[in-house]
Amino acid sequence: MIAFDGYQCEGFFDEMFDAQGQVRPEAKLLVELIQSLPDGELESRKAAIERAMYRLGVTFTVYGDEQGTEKIFPFDIIPRMINAAEWVEIEKGLKQRIKALNMLVDDIYHDQQIIHDGIIPRHILEMADSYRPQCQGLNPPHSIWCHIVGTDLIRGADGKVYVLEDNLRCPSGVSYVLQNRMLMKRSFPGIFAGSTIKPVFDYAARLYDTLAHLAPDAIDDPTVAVLTPGVYNSAYYEHSFLAQQMGVELVEGRDLVVQDGFVYMRTTDGLQRVDVLYRRIDDDFMDPLAFREDSMLGVPGLMQAYRAGNIALANAPGGGVADDKVMYAFVPDAIRYYLKEEPILANVPTYLAIKDDDRQFILENLGELVVKAANESGGYGMLMGPSSTQEERDVFAKRIEANPRNYIAQPVVSLSRVPTLIDKYGEKPHFEGRHVDLRPYILYGKDIWVMPGGLTRVALKKGSLVVNSSQGGGSKDTWVVEAESSDQQGGV
Amino acid sequence: MLSRVADSIYWISRYVERADHLARFIDVTREFVLDVPTAKGQTPGKDQWSPLVSVTGDEALFYGRYDTADATSVTRFLTTDKLYLGSIVCSLDQARENARSVRETIASEMWEQINGFYHWFHDESRGTGMMVREPGDFYRNIMQQCMLFQGITDATMSRGLGWHFANLGRQLERADKIGRLLDVKYFTLLPKVQDVNTPLDNLQWSTLLRSVSGFEMYRKRYQEIDVRHVVDFLILDRLFPRSVQYCLFEAERSLHAITGCPIGAFSCKSEQLLGRLCADLSYTEIDTIIEGGLHEFIDDFQARLNQVGEAVFERFFAIAPTAEPKNELQDHSGDVPPDVINQAHVQSNL
Repeated sequence: MIAFDGYQCEGFFDEMFDAQGQVRPEAKLLVELIQSLPDGELESRKAAIERAMYRLGVTFTVYGDEQGTEKIFPFDIIPRMINAAEWVEIEKGLKQRIKALNMLVDDIYHDQQIIHDGIIPRHILEMADSYRPQCQGLNPPHSIWCHIVGTDLIRGADGKVYVLEDNLRCPSGVSYVLQNRMLMKRSFPGIFAGSTIKPVFDYAARLYDTLAHLAPDAIDDPTVAVLTPGVYNSAYYEHSFLAQQMGVELVEGRDLVVQDGFVYMRTTDGLQRVDVLYRRIDDDFMDPLAFREDSMLGVPGLMQAYRAGNIALANAPGGGVADDKVMYAFVPDAIRYYLKEEPILANVPTYLAIKDDDRQFILENLGELVVKAANESGGYGMLMGPSSTQEERDVFAKRIEANPRNYIAQPVVSLSRVPTLIDKYGEKPHFEGRHVDLRPYILYGKDIWVMPGGLTRVALKKGSLVVNSSQGGGSKDTWVVEAESSDQQGGV
Repeated sequence: MLSRVADSIYWISRYVERADHLARFIDVTREFVLDVPTAKGQTPGKDQWSPLVSVTGDEALFYGRYDTADATSVTRFLTTDKLYLGSIVCSLDQARENARSVRETIASEMWEQINGFYHWFHDESRGTGMMVREPGDFYRNIMQQCMLFQGITDATMSRGLGWHFANLGRQLERADKIGRLLDVKYFTLLPKVQDVNTPLDNLQWSTLLRSVSGFEMYRKRYQEIDVRHVVDFLILDRLFPRSVQYCLFEAERSLHAITGCPIGAFSCKSEQLLGRLCADLSYTEIDTIIEGGLHEFIDDFQARLNQVGEAVFERFFAIAPTAEPKNELQDHSGDVPPDVINQAHVQSNL
């Protein structure tokens, strides 16, 4: 058994224990279970899960290694718990946000009322890299642009949940949620039987409904397909997994052709029409005739077919304009503007380098802030002030002055932590707190549906706040639990 | 079914079958060498190993990388050499890569088998793995894993297009490899006057039969081991699943199941070519083949089999559109290269 006796919250908000070191009600059952396991049991269950991932091929290739070593996406066996009562509020907030973001995108590509009314300055839009003039005037089915969204949430030391980022283009990671859950269920059947953990398994069915909803009304039984950049893409496993779970074709650009304004797949029986594409290729690479000409991955003529209403795309091209890191700062205003409501979920306070006052503040406080480049993701192009060197700060100061539009800064949010199994060679296995964020997945079809929980990413390096998998991050299963059920007994 | 997916499924089973037969080639050769006494001053098994290289058609590549054709160099070349695209490692990597690209179409058990096999192979062919410690076990294990994959395919896939493409690929590859095995071994095994009906002669033909898992079945058909019967059994037998004739009939059955055209008629070139080949084999007899020269027969057969493969590609995998859409950015649609499926699959000679 590994006890929590020596576990320290160290002044951070801990998702499992409160400030007095008491187990939070939603985690009670789990803590009891862990404390009742015989020596070595937790480690061996973790090893079994990792072996299963390897066998299933839930792996990514480590580039630059001649042997083509494959690694699994690191996984921690201790789940992150969320109280169901709190989840109700988060869910409301996400629905509100996604609704407003879609109205914002639709407005930007039509009359731009929000700019005429002075809520968002015109230059912010004009300088946004992800704005696509090709999409001006487009009318996606049901006026929904962003159907599949993954919003990054964090919890600060104050215990409050903030939105860190809206991912409106091709958010990835949902397959890990489903695989993690499946493997956790195999490892801890007892606890699932005895508690009220909200299920996530229906994601694929709901995704299919969301996609089928987009097909032109006249089509009864639409042909839906997932469009992938191909087997060398790092998220390929997910593309293939989702296609398989939905029972639809997984296609690459070279499988599709546009003829007379319609999109077809090349089959062994000739060409077959496609009605809806869940495309996991960025706007830029989708159609070499409309966007980047050098794209080898896309489908020539796809945009033309889209404009004619002959194919539905999820997500619609151009939606990325609203998840731009600068546009982010204006989302709370957009919520008030379109919905006449106060935002339920707060933004992290954000300084825009393009504003003179803010820039001054940023440059004077580089050592305390997180600076982000607007058009980078995956944890690249980022300066973590408190852990930076003077040299790094100087480089960023120059970049900010040269191109203020491209930079924002936020105070360092000391992300909440979750106990994580530390099982290093030569050390007794024990728990230490590691920082986490949360990416719930939202589907916008006939209604808005929020997956209960989502992907918890964990920074496995001690003290690190960067959870991205490219920077040493891993994942945890996420359990949304009714706290009341904690006194029920679950067998192991 | 998507052309690309059909193409991948067809090639997965071809590549697995290819790896299987390479392991069989090496295994049977190792056994032969153990049986044949080495003359003084000679490299052991030189007469046995070098034909394996010449039949690859890549002698230049081989002799640019190795000095002589002996057990070590030839097995390395055929097993783990990534520069030889027909090697076991390349076949296996390709099979897995293709399987990865159609995971959503095949049964998860098929994927897990090929994935586990891949990791096992890479672990055991490195350093002091099984390949060095117990080469006999190593190659037999490869054969088993390949047969296991084919068995899982048969036990899990619906008998729809997917399975028929898999079966077509497997049967064409198997027919090809059995032909080659005979071609390589026939010459070295042709009875020399002093050996006829000696235990050695018998032993070597038995080993050849064992290498295609056909020893027992042969024994039931013909009790005595004799060259004419062995060749007859491996080329023309209608019941043994590893005879050339049987494989071609199976391939034809799947090809017609795919198109829906009845056997005896044809709706595309691949059916026509394969149908003719099957008919030729059906109405020939072993003495005619041997009189005309087995090597010539197999050469001709292989050329025709390759044509069938090309026709299958043309008919099912290379579906081209009839019109190209216009460029939206500028009007230089003439510059847009035609979108052609270009699958770089390797037509191996061995």
